[in-house]
Amino acid sequence: MLQIIVTIILYLIMVIPVGIYVYHIAAGKHTFADPVFDRVDGVIYKISGIKPQNGMNWKKYALALLGTNAVMILLGYIILRIQSIALFNPNGIGNMEESLSFNTIISFMTNTNLQHYSGESGLSYLSQMLVITFMMFVSAASGYAACVAFIRGLAGKTKDNVGNFFADLVRITTRVLLPFSIIGGLLLVWQGVPQNFSGNVVVDTIEGVKQVIAMGPVAALEIIKHLGTNGGGFLGANSSTPIENPTIISNLIELYSMMLLPGACVITFGKMVRDRKREIAAAKNGGEAESELAGMGKVRRSFTVWMYGREGRSIFAAMGIIFVIGLSVCFWSESQGNPALADVGLSQSMGSMEGKEVRFGIAQSAMFTTTTTSFTTGTVNNMHDTLTPLGGMIPLLHMMLNVVFGGKGVGLMNMIMYAILAVFICGLMIGRTPEYLGKKIEGREMKLTALCIIIHPLLILAFSALAVGTQAGLAGITNPDFHGLSQVLYEYASSAANNGSGFEGLADNTLFWNITAGLAMFFGRYLSIVIQLAIAGSLMKKRFVNESAGTLHTDSFSFAVILVFVVYIFAALTFFPVLALGPIAEHLTLWA
Amino acid sequence: MKESVKHLLHGTRQAVLVTVVLMLICGLLFPCLLTGLSALIFPDQAGGSLITVNGQTVGAKHVGQEFTEDYYMWSRPSAYHYNVYTEDENGNQYYNDGTEFPGIGSGSNNYAPSNPALTERVEADIEAFLEKNPDVKREDIPTDLLTASGSGLDPHITPESAEVQVPRIAKASGLSEDEVRQIVENHTQGKVWGIFGEDRVNVLEVNIEIAQSMGIL
Repeated sequence: MLQIIVTIILYLIMVIPVGIYVYHIAAGKHTFADPVFDRVDGVIYKISGIKPQNGMNWKKYALALLGTNAVMILLGYIILRIQSIALFNPNGIGNMEESLSFNTIISFMTNTNLQHYSGESGLSYLSQMLVITFMMFVSAASGYAACVAFIRGLAGKTKDNVGNFFADLVRITTRVLLPFSIIGGLLLVWQGVPQNFSGNVVVDTIEGVKQVIAMGPVAALEIIKHLGTNGGGFLGANSSTPIENPTIISNLIELYSMMLLPGACVITFGKMVRDRKREIAAAKNGGEAESELAGMGKVRRSFTVWMYGREGRSIFAAMGIIFVIGLSVCFWSESQGNPALADVGLSQSMGSMEGKEVRFGIAQSAMFTTTTTSFTTGTVNNMHDTLTPLGGMIPLLHMMLNVVFGGKGVGLMNMIMYAILAVFICGLMIGRTPEYLGKKIEGREMKLTALCIIIHPLLILAFSALAVGTQAGLAGITNPDFHGLSQVLYEYASSAANNGSGFEGLADNTLFWNITAGLAMFFGRYLSIVIQLAIAGSLMKKRFVNESAGTLHTDSFSFAVILVFVVYIFAALTFFPVLALGPIAEHLTLWA
Repeated sequence: MKESVKHLLHGTRQAVLVTVVLMLICGLLFPCLLTGLSALIFPDQAGGSLITVNGQTVGAKHVGQEFTEDYYMWSRPSAYHYNVYTEDENGNQYYNDGTEFPGIGSGSNNYAPSNPALTERVEADIEAFLEKNPDVKREDIPTDLLTASGSGLDPHITPESAEVQVPRIAKASGLSEDEVRQIVENHTQGKVWGIFGEDRVNVLEVNIEIAQSMGIL
């Protein structure tokens, strides 16, 4: 219990400097490291023919994102299909089959990292680096770029310029992901994560038999896997293996690497919106504005506002509340143990240890499980299929919500969809035109928001229905009764939320599962991003409205609470029936 | 019309070039740089923290192993038997229990808590354990010892799980119980800074020291 609290407090402290740094990068402000990075970026721009000063409107931006990702998918697919060549392939791995390659490449490009293969036997070191590690960088950078463009749209300084996609992609990669990865990667090696190019080692044990131990460039993949909220492991059992995650310190490094940047994204949002508000105030009142802001501060200007920006703070609080509720349920449920094992006489005083590692125990396993699904990473340090029913419902639920911090930027964009919805609902209740961030929310935005919110459950529920309705789908289920449905739901929730963790018992490397999960990932990623950019593009064109007495304040704690309720109500309405048939039914039968 | 085609070509060129450049930087330069740096600063860890006894590599510090002898400490059950196998003269590879070794892997059985296969496995393991450890009462077996880890490669067991095995190890190895307890203690680690993680015993390290004390290694 104590270690969970300390872990969270440390996070809240560390996220601030990172948030400030990321804000400087996103807003194109000066940082201490510019002399180095300007030169690096300059070379990349020159080779690729990028003109960073050329702004794009939202359509061009979305097109550039889609086009670039398409090129990456194509190149990556080719490498997977010819990976058997003798380059960085000491273990003699063969080529990957078509439908699995399709699933894998979509999975990594969309930042999902659902894996229907096992790293030990399915990928050569060349693919692990040129495809997997590479995609972990650029899929994260693509998501972050989309989010930055989205924020620029909301904070709108111009009518149609959301930035240059190529410049954003490069800047985020070179200035955020690469330097963090080099430092974090070295820390992981220090803790015992291998980083070499030698083949697997066979040793003679002291009992006179043999053991084969995995090797490879693990640390390089491991660090960006978490920093980029990717989640796809080097080995089949992901970060639960002591090779990818040997100690509790490496576990904390991995935990924080996946939590920091999504949190920083909310801070970036808060600060960029605040910049715009200041500018308006300054333009209106000249010198008075600053003092007015400072005057207001006597009452309300607190440390948290300085940290997150007003609007960022309420979003961060809402995400934090949902996170802590989920974490508590998961931790409590896992601590209760498994009554079925207690019945056969195995003491459950330690909690439910099936599928968990001794060095992490219940507390850090519950923490990791909740984090990986909230921040849509999908890495696991314990097997989610073996979680107790309610403990396993939390990761499932957080992927269904898909707004609790979320992956690189995407979680924030989804949460803003709910913020718009919350403003709309409140607007109806108090009989005012809804406004968010000083812009009127009207028919077009509401239609797009509703569309965006409905896609996610549609993908999960429709594909799940298809799977349980067809023989090919049913063939994948490996656990009996209610848990079988949970396995199916989990797979598609994980795909649509671009999470990538799995109830790994599912026998999912078949044509049916490869294709359907691939489609869920693809639509879950790109439809949302395009619609969200469209909303930003539409809001940009509007004029700022002046605040009046009737304006609903979206920067308060009470709005954060409203937001939490809106998220839970919509999720409950949409997903409660299937949750009742899956994890809740399993819980009731197990504890009956 | 011409203008838009030109734009499209220009955009495509940028997309392709930026992909290739980033692929080389992130996918090749970065892993190679990290490999070089790690080899310089942390050569042992970068090579997988292998353990060498008398010039022979016997395992890795962070990777668990399966043990079957009564005088060795046992690890938790594993669906992949810790990738420990034997090879007959024809090159066929088997796990210790005689089933076929399909090649390196990791993971668990992925049994749901409600899956009857889980209770069956645990029940069988309890019976087998009690038979070899007649002094232990059924309710005193710690949970972790008979549940499988997530990776199937867990190098640790809890101190409680080590303690229940002490009488068996002492009897089979000829060492006194206190000697065995001392060896266990030598390889027990507590929480980091008293806060993070759990208390744990590294099974492979314990067994190497047992073997050395018995004079068989």
